Amino acid sequence: MTMTNHTDNVADLVRKEYEHGFFTDIETDTVAPGLSEATIALISKKKEEPTWLLEWRLKAYRHWLTMADPNWTQLNIDPIDYQAISYYSAPKSKDDKLKSIDEVDPKLLETYEKLGIPLQEQMILAGVAVDAVFDSVSVATTFKEKLADAGVIFCSFSEAVKEHPALVKKYLGSVVPAADNFFAALNSAVFTDGSFVYIPKGVRCPMELSTYFRINASNTGQFERTLIIADEASHVSYLEGCTAPMRDENQLHAAVVELVALTDAQIKYATVQNWYPGDENGVGGIYNFVTKRGDCRGDNAKISWTQVETGSAITWKYPSCILKGDNTVGEFYSVAVTNNYQQADTGTKMIHIGKNTRSTIISKGISARHAQQSYRGLVKISKNADNARNHTQCDSLLMGDQCGAHTFPYIEAKNSTATVEHEATTAKISEEQLFYCRQRGIKEEDAINMIVNGFCREVFKELPMEFAVEAQKLLGVTLEGAVG
Amino acid sequence: MLNIQNLHAKIGGKEILKGLNLSVNAGEVHAIMGPNGSGKSTLANVLAGRDGCDVSKGTVTYDGQDLLKLTPEERAWAGLFLAFQYPVEIPGVNNVYLLKAAVNAVRKYRGEAELDAVEFLALIKKKMKIVKMQEELLNRSVNEGFSGGEKKRNEIFQMSILEPKLAILDETDSGLDIDALKIVAEGVNSLCNEARSIILVTHYQRLLDYIKPDHVHVLSGGKIIKSGGSDLALELEKKGYDWIKEEVA
Ligand SMILES: Nc1ncnc2c1ncn2[C@@H]1O[C@H](COP(=O)(O)OP(=O)(O)OP(=O)(O)O)[C@@H](O)[C@H]1O
Ligand SMILES: [Mg+2]
Repeated sequence: MTMTNHTDNVADLVRKEYEHGFFTDIETDTVAPGLSEATIALISKKKEEPTWLLEWRLKAYRHWLTMADPNWTQLNIDPIDYQAISYYSAPKSKDDKLKSIDEVDPKLLETYEKLGIPLQEQMILAGVAVDAVFDSVSVATTFKEKLADAGVIFCSFSEAVKEHPALVKKYLGSVVPAADNFFAALNSAVFTDGSFVYIPKGVRCPMELSTYFRINASNTGQFERTLIIADEASHVSYLEGCTAPMRDENQLHAAVVELVALTDAQIKYATVQNWYPGDENGVGGIYNFVTKRGDCRGDNAKISWTQVETGSAITWKYPSCILKGDNTVGEFYSVAVTNNYQQADTGTKMIHIGKNTRSTIISKGISARHAQQSYRGLVKISKNADNARNHTQCDSLLMGDQCGAHTFPYIEAKNSTATVEHEATTAKISEEQLFYCRQRGIKEEDAINMIVNGFCREVFKELPMEFAVEAQKLLGVTLEGAVG
Repeated sequence: MLNIQNLHAKIGGKEILKGLNLSVNAGEVHAIMGPNGSGKSTLANVLAGRDGCDVSKGTVTYDGQDLLKLTPEERAWAGLFLAFQYPVEIPGVNNVYLLKAAVNAVRKYRGEAELDAVEFLALIKKKMKIVKMQEELLNRSVNEGFSGGEKKRNEIFQMSILEPKLAILDETDSGLDIDALKIVAEGVNSLCNEARSIILVTHYQRLLDYIKPDHVHVLSGGKIIKSGGSDLALELEKKGYDWIKEEVA
């Protein structure tokens, strides 16, 4: 495998390119594997963190020690040795990078091509030394100026700790408490970096916070931490991830994402996740255990999650909404694809607390070959949530007869004025549908693409236009040869 | 145009077609009738190249080439069209979108420029009038929630857009009301010319009141057991199939 650790390479390069940009310099050494209070103290020291943050980390760690690995999911996971992981490893140096595109795995390039990724970005994603090919610094600078004019803060988490400590202190862990679950506790103890966004009162963020990520390709650390705060009556649309396949030598990823929407604020958060899923036999591949939660803290706030999940060997992820304010709205649109030996356990939680709160869940699961997939959704209506409404629709598409889809809807309604609807369907791409398309002259792979995209249409229409097109192609590439 | 010799085909190990011969010249309309389960749809599927219909013996030449060697899409590109007896629903896939993909796939194969959205829309508008297709149906998912008759009409609409060389209509008349039957027949007739051939699979003489066949065949037990002119259909309508079976036996 010549393709490991591209993501870190990219982050490193970008960091160098943008000396005064979104990233801060990080020292370039690695801490020996193992996890202890001393390791955490070292991470905190290297990052020059204030004492309160170190204390916060240590508290999370102590709690984590008391917790057990979750085993209640439908997943089949080998035990993870947490002492074998290095919790602070700096990006590889420039010498480790590929000198030209000729050194890149042709198979990877082929995939990029199919996805229609521009050559320049292909090189960055594949880990070719960027300074030779990359001239988008000016683009990033323009973005930054535009954001600054609007008063939007968008920076790395480390930078936010230094520059905006009051905001970080106020909101960190306020949506996902450090002790929330096993992986959130681990993340809280050892997170190294991530992103921070603050949209001031009444501001509509002047751009999708996505273009930036496309260019930077990735800042996926192993334990990433994202915090987005939309102050009163502000709007922001954030896009995480990239359709290009991401390879990374870290097997375990445990990110935490916290969203806070104050009165009348709206946050749209979209993810495309396409990490290395392992080979056809299920060897290698990334474990992706993410805690994502949004808090509609003020009245009339709205949070919407859209996700397209095609990567990782194992995915465990439930983006959730806490509908605290009155008239708040939570949405979850998801497409999850599992192929070969991939396993995914995803879903959402909608916690209705305020009055007249509404939530919509649309989940589309596609399984091929030996893959297993579960949808797990919780809709909780609290006692005071008068007139709360939820609509859940869960559709599964099976390709082949060795894969599986499982649906676990949980509903807890403590208020009799609530309306909760659940619909579930399971379908197969039938030989009949394929034959129909082929008889009309459409090639088999295009036909599969068309049928699968049709199945996902309700979710794709929630994605930003340009991204929806990419997501469609991605699906086609992911499922290539899965039928027939 | 089409020449079928001694065709034997199996589905799931069971022999359905047992030595079928049929020859269709350019410009001809052939009607195939026959009892339920006699193998009419199987013949249509074999010609269109459906998986699971295994040809064990015999030859099929189409337009001078070995039809059985081609994939289903290659047959479509070569101008073969099958109007399905039971058109399948494809949720989420827009009717017009599928049709545009189909038209452009064929054009691409022929080395013609693909139609853009505007050109395609113009084509659609023109053809919609011919089969009196409702616009509302066009913008729905392929066949999803269509009534039986609407599905059949959609097949004819697709046919009129794709302008095939050889069209096989598998019981397109079943389930149509009288007005729809006339419209479908007009659609077929408007397509007829000396370069095109049509195979109509039907149970009813009434379609043949509108579309005049040059030849009528009776398919029974996996073979063509009798062929004749259009009056054969009238005779079948009156007498059923038993007398032929006896005649042959
Ligand atoms: N997948 C299958 N497996 C087993 N037998 C099949 C299969 N498909 C068709 N058959 C059988 O093949 C025979 C011919 O079927 P076919 O559909 O060709 O008849 P048909 O002449 O079109 O009948 P109808 O007039 O009712 O449409 C029937 O006995 C049917 O049961
Ligand atoms: Mg039939």
